[in-house]
Amino acid sequence: MNILEVKHLKKYFATQKAVDDISFTLAPGSIFGMLGPNGAGKTTLIRMLTGITFPDEGEILLNGRPFDPVKDMVQIGYMPEEKGLYKKMKIGEQALYLARLKGLGKLDAMEKTRQWFKRFEMESWWNKKVEDLSKGMQQKLQFVTTVSHAPKLIILDEPLSGLDPVNADLIKNEIFRLAQEGASIIFSTHRMKEVEEICDHIILVNKGIKVLDGTVKAIKQQYKENLFTIGLDQLPATVSSSAFEVVKSDNDQLLLKVNEGHNSNEVLQHFLSTGATITSFSEQLPSLHDIFIRVVNDTPTARQFEKITA
Amino acid sequence: MNKTWIVAEREFNSRVKKKTFLLSTILFPLVIFGFYGLMIYFSVKGNEDLNIGIADHANLFNGKLDNDKEVNFIFMNDASAKSLEEKVTKKEISGYVYVPENYNLLSSTDTINVIYSKTIGLISQERIGRKINKVIEQKRLLSLNISQSQLDSARRTAAVEFKPLSGEADKNKAGLAYAVGFISGFLIYIILFIYGTMVMRGVTEEKTSRIAEVIVSSVKPFQLMMGKIIGIGAVGLLQFIIWILLGTATMALLPLLMGGGDASAIQNVPGAGGGMAAQGSGAMAVILGNLSQINWMLLLPCFLFYFLGGYLLYSSLFAAVGSAVNEDPQEAQSLLLPITMPIIFAIVIMTKAVNDPTSGLAVFGSLFPLTSPVVMMARIAHGVPDGVSALELILSMVILVAGFMCTTWLAGKIYRTGILMYGKKPTWKEMVKWAFRKN
Repeated sequence: MNILEVKHLKKYFATQKAVDDISFTLAPGSIFGMLGPNGAGKTTLIRMLTGITFPDEGEILLNGRPFDPVKDMVQIGYMPEEKGLYKKMKIGEQALYLARLKGLGKLDAMEKTRQWFKRFEMESWWNKKVEDLSKGMQQKLQFVTTVSHAPKLIILDEPLSGLDPVNADLIKNEIFRLAQEGASIIFSTHRMKEVEEICDHIILVNKGIKVLDGTVKAIKQQYKENLFTIGLDQLPATVSSSAFEVVKSDNDQLLLKVNEGHNSNEVLQHFLSTGATITSFSEQLPSLHDIFIRVVNDTPTARQFEKITA
Repeated sequence: MNKTWIVAEREFNSRVKKKTFLLSTILFPLVIFGFYGLMIYFSVKGNEDLNIGIADHANLFNGKLDNDKEVNFIFMNDASAKSLEEKVTKKEISGYVYVPENYNLLSSTDTINVIYSKTIGLISQERIGRKINKVIEQKRLLSLNISQSQLDSARRTAAVEFKPLSGEADKNKAGLAYAVGFISGFLIYIILFIYGTMVMRGVTEEKTSRIAEVIVSSVKPFQLMMGKIIGIGAVGLLQFIIWILLGTATMALLPLLMGGGDASAIQNVPGAGGGMAAQGSGAMAVILGNLSQINWMLLLPCFLFYFLGGYLLYSSLFAAVGSAVNEDPQEAQSLLLPITMPIIFAIVIMTKAVNDPTSGLAVFGSLFPLTSPVVMMARIAHGVPDGVSALELILSMVILVAGFMCTTWLAGKIYRTGILMYGKKPTWKEMVKWAFRKN
């Protein structure tokens, strides 16, 4: 059963269709990337998933049952893009407080918080204040407070921004570990490299509408342009074939575009017949970065304010 | 509901456990009372001692003029104007009065000149003038063959006593009720401002530090707001209990201290000093006696009720404003105006109500929930049913409860939208729209 099912979710503001009929599903243990340009409606969508705001229309099912923010809050961990903590409050007390607000008992909260502090080697921070921490340390603390109550659904908005590579890897590995233990993770970011590394499944939202939905692999297949690179020990002077065209030639490599109705085997056959030695041959799939830009550029980037009559 | 208490607990602990809490709790009344004490001290205290030499060549005063603490008349009837002037320049005396031999008592043009070196204050000038005039007045009457006793009997004031239709006449009570009503009304006014702005600042802090979004994913915005209001209200209540305890302790200790002081004063300085001290402790006893006439069993619970009711009513409005503003505290100013206006209005009505607790304005002010916490205290001090009827009191309480339920509900809706809204500061018009829209 899917942990989360979102059906035809709509949220209109006075001048914008912030979320306009978005549906998707999230399988347990999966890492789900939510992509989109600034102002696409991601934050509004996330706020509805966390029970902060309510949809105008549509349905959210958590574990197959309608989402009840008050009861289901304990199952959700949310780390917003704009990180924030009480600056003057002691770190240990703060982590305990946030865990208790999620619905944990005092002792339970203490035990779980201590575990996480130990795992992240933050035990010495317990009596410090947040204002004593660096930005990266604050982010680590924020991550701990997001997951310490063992939520089933973890929503992370730009969790790695501002972290050095060591700490970013630490958090990344924790995300993988949590997913392995069965938690589902919604990962929202602008950095396509992170998405390619981490996410199994993505959706791309633009102007409040879902424009892409699928596994990273499938989407790349969908947007591939039949490009191949072939490495040869010696580049032929001229290459001409009805099966493909040369897009770019570079030292001992050629970038080829296979024409429609033909396949990659014909490329290899062509070069085999010329007698050249092939050193490498691979399909050139588009990066998520390129797909993102292509999809988003198809629609005007800046959202226009419009009058909504709903 | 449970989560509201967790929030309230944090709000309470984070304020009470701070080192500054005890300090400010004890220092605040000290500073306030010290301030008023100093004001009273300076207004009562006149100039330093003035020695005024008198050369009475007309023998106007018969060598007798009342001295007091500040002005000391020294008769030097043989001295000439010149020698007196010398004394003034040598600063032996502060000034002198020279009455020439041919001074005509009944003349309207003759003046008595007081010549001084260092400036004599306006109050002291008045004193000196009054004393001299009193003697001259007597002399004139005598010269017109009217004796002092005749004059006194003519001037005797008729005894006018105010007696209520029922109950005993109580001369001191009205004045005391005035004072108690004014002070308790004023205290509530101050409380509304202090703790209201505390709530507002707390809300703005949560919003600008962006922790609000994390918390409202765990608790409902309304729970967060109520938790904050309850927590800070508890801080206020604790502070008040400390103040009441301190106040009662001082009240209990004061007569003891005064009594001890008297005994030693009388032993050491028999005469004037002892008499003064005895007088002082006498006045103190009268005040203490009067204080016991106030119905504290009515006043204190009512004070607590209107303190809490007024606080709950206004703090939610302050919270709504706090949720609307961003980093810039200046933004709060214009939004606060519609909230502070009724509080200030309440103080104006209260000063009227404390004089005339049953006037139409006082009745309106004590029923209208935005002003009742301040105005009703002024009426309650006069007692039930003299100042306010039991029915009005109950009605006012019910309206206040309904009022704060209404404002917290509306403010909760503004708060819910405002706390997640960044960027432009909303206007009141927009905030009202938030308050009344459905989800």
